[in-house]
Amino acid sequence: MMVHGEIWTAKELFVYPNEYIYWSIQIVMYPFMTGLVAGAFVLSSLYHVFGIKQLKEMARFALVFSFALLFVAPLPIVLHLQHPFRGINVFMTPHFTSAIAAFGIVFFTYGAIVASELWFLYRKHFVEVALPLKEKQDKTIGEWLKFFIFCTLTLGVYDISEETLKRDHKAIKVLAGIGIPVACFLHGYAGFIFGSVKANALWMTPLMPVIFIMSAIVSGIALCMLTYIITMEIRKFLASRKMTPTQRFQSKEDLKGVEVSVVRMTAKYLLFFMVFAISLELLDLIFRGYTAVKSWDVLRSVIYGRDFTDIFILQYTIGNLIPLILFLIPGLTIRRTVVGVILVLFGVFMMRWNVVIGGQAFSLTFAGYMHYHMPIIPHDWETFKEGLFGAVSVFILPFVLFWMIAKVFPVFDLKESH
Amino acid sequence: MKSHVYRPLWVVIGLVCIILVVRYFYVPKDFGIGRRGYMYGWHRKADVEFWKNYKVKYKGSAYCKDCHSENYNKLMQSPHVIIPCEDCHSPAIDHPMDPQKLQIQKGRGLCLRCHYPLPYPTSGRANIPSIDPDTHNPGTECVMCHNPHNPLEGLK
Amino acid sequence: MNRRDFLKNTARVIGGITLPLTAFKIINPKELLASTGDKTKVRWVFLVDTYKCVGCGMCVRACKLENGIPYDAKVTRTWVERYVITKDGKTHADSPMGARDGFTTSKIDLGIDGYENINNADIDKGFFVPKLCNQCENPPCVQVCPVGATFQVPDGVVLVDRTWCIGCGYCIMACPYGVRFFHPVYHTAEKCTFCYHRITKGMKTACVDACPFGARQIGNIKDPNDPVTKIIMTERIGILKEEYGTKPQVYYLGLDREVK
Repeated sequence: MMVHGEIWTAKELFVYPNEYIYWSIQIVMYPFMTGLVAGAFVLSSLYHVFGIKQLKEMARFALVFSFALLFVAPLPIVLHLQHPFRGINVFMTPHFTSAIAAFGIVFFTYGAIVASELWFLYRKHFVEVALPLKEKQDKTIGEWLKFFIFCTLTLGVYDISEETLKRDHKAIKVLAGIGIPVACFLHGYAGFIFGSVKANALWMTPLMPVIFIMSAIVSGIALCMLTYIITMEIRKFLASRKMTPTQRFQSKEDLKGVEVSVVRMTAKYLLFFMVFAISLELLDLIFRGYTAVKSWDVLRSVIYGRDFTDIFILQYTIGNLIPLILFLIPGLTIRRTVVGVILVLFGVFMMRWNVVIGGQAFSLTFAGYMHYHMPIIPHDWETFKEGLFGAVSVFILPFVLFWMIAKVFPVFDLKESH
Repeated sequence: MKSHVYRPLWVVIGLVCIILVVRYFYVPKDFGIGRRGYMYGWHRKADVEFWKNYKVKYKGSAYCKDCHSENYNKLMQSPHVIIPCEDCHSPAIDHPMDPQKLQIQKGRGLCLRCHYPLPYPTSGRANIPSIDPDTHNPGTECVMCHNPHNPLEGLK
Repeated sequence: MNRRDFLKNTARVIGGITLPLTAFKIINPKELLASTGDKTKVRWVFLVDTYKCVGCGMCVRACKLENGIPYDAKVTRTWVERYVITKDGKTHADSPMGARDGFTTSKIDLGIDGYENINNADIDKGFFVPKLCNQCENPPCVQVCPVGATFQVPDGVVLVDRTWCIGCGYCIMACPYGVRFFHPVYHTAEKCTFCYHRITKGMKTACVDACPFGARQIGNIKDPNDPVTKIIMTERIGILKEEYGTKPQVYYLGLDREVK
């Protein structure tokens, strides 16, 4: 009879009988996706709170994307549960001494803040869609549906006078302000979940939440840039074929100019947070080596031996060093940015991997190792959800959601925004 | 408070209320903080009874004594007196009703648990008489020659 | 969720998390013995004599059958470890199948690296160490359960609610002793309960009853006349992984520094 974890765990030397890699690929995806949410939100707040004007175009986009990601963020942890339908227990009988229980509350708060902020941002749009539909006679079923959705979304407020819009603006600023610490909390918790496990020598460090927040912002910004560039490229493509209705930026050249300036601006912030994240990670590594407590022998053999490729080649070199150089070379182009942000995203993913899987690569005995073999071809529900396919599904889902949500919250077509 | 700015807040409060109502019906009434406090005692009280009422399967050698007195008494006189009946005969559970017959462990592996030679200094294992299973009548069950209830009575 | 509630909860969480840090002090069994001020008259503790254990693994077999852990599943509530320390100073340890079938070979199980032959003449010392849940006084596994599915009974035993556990595995990660696992049938966290159904009826645990050599004993440390309490109070005893501040309540006679 197979035990959970047995199928993808290979034990070497002395490992306790009950030890397996219980936290597998979905727990790698979980902080990765949560990080993207938090990062995207922080990016949008940079404009709303600190008034960094150059990020205006990116801010609205990032907020909607953060909302799409938000729904996907808890999915990996639910997929990982042995009893997914009991996941609701976290809200029903929360045990707040556990970081996972606190996550439920913070996640809900955060979701409420993002949704509220979006509502203020798009309220005018909802009213503008709903009112003409209201007056229109003999509506089709589709229009009825649209009318119904947008009426609900207005929450019964149809006043879009200058004064109320000013209030909206203020509310957004306040919400974005509260949102930054909550977003950091949200992801700090993800880090805390690992950092507070005293039984795990690799995870237990107070730096863990901070490292997670910094790399979260890095990954969030990178994904926003990537998605932004992709959408802009599509728009450029459409503009060149003159298929779009009249928009603010009509010509291909106009679009390109905007794209490059937005991307260059965002890249500066990406660089700033990246340097911060890498410094913290290196500090953690140096500190461990210098203090060299009991667990260091086994940690060293994992970090500099077994996981050397994953940590120093894939994460630090390909995921950090190369994109750093790419962004630092003057005259940043779109093509270079795309390569850079993809590598950054990969680097952050590898960091999550090295924490989650690397933290289980050695035994609690400090005298044995466990090797993780991720299930590729699924042959049952468990190897699907905790295998390559489950992880890829989780990664693709936010983009599908974004496409759907963008129908209600138009990201580019707004003539005027806050 | 008339301002439209508070509308999202009402929605959130509404959601919280829904969660609280669901919680009222969903959570068992005996769920609460036990004597070990919130950190260590947050639980559903009925679960303690569940574990208390779990079925006992190993009944102890005294349970065998009355019906199987011959073997029992023999064992009492032998060095194997320290081995409880159920170690080799499997748990009694509700024997003789359920199961009617116990599954007796007879293979060489059973005896080798103690009698495989592992002369480890500082361990009690070093003091147990042992045989090398590769040279000592390989393939034969130990009970063919030895009586486990009284190993000293001589070979069969 | 308004801001005030949020702040309150945050304060509660931070309070809950920092609380155990103040409890980091050296374990003192006498303290537990003295704390009979509260209504509880029972605090279950376990005593293992590693000199007596011969590694027959009867306890593991008995535990699996008594507690309904699928016999061939490679998880177990209790297990026995073998330590062999050779003259070159190296420690060789294993626990094949948790020692369900005992140790019937002198070869050391290295997992995917196969087996290692050890020459008897090279051995300085060798011994067996039974392991089970330490029923810690500060159980980190309970602290991290997000839903209250695992908890400590006032008599010290930590239990898991099979109807409430969501199977997140956080408790498994939080246990420094590796005693927890997912039950292959119920798919919930599973652990040694000190045979709660037996000890509350005045019986011994299945592993204690199954041990022919008296290497395992269970007792009530709040009863000064309990033979286990007497040994703990008068002999030199050790505990496992003291540095984690969990205050484990399984005491060992003849513990070695090489025991992991």
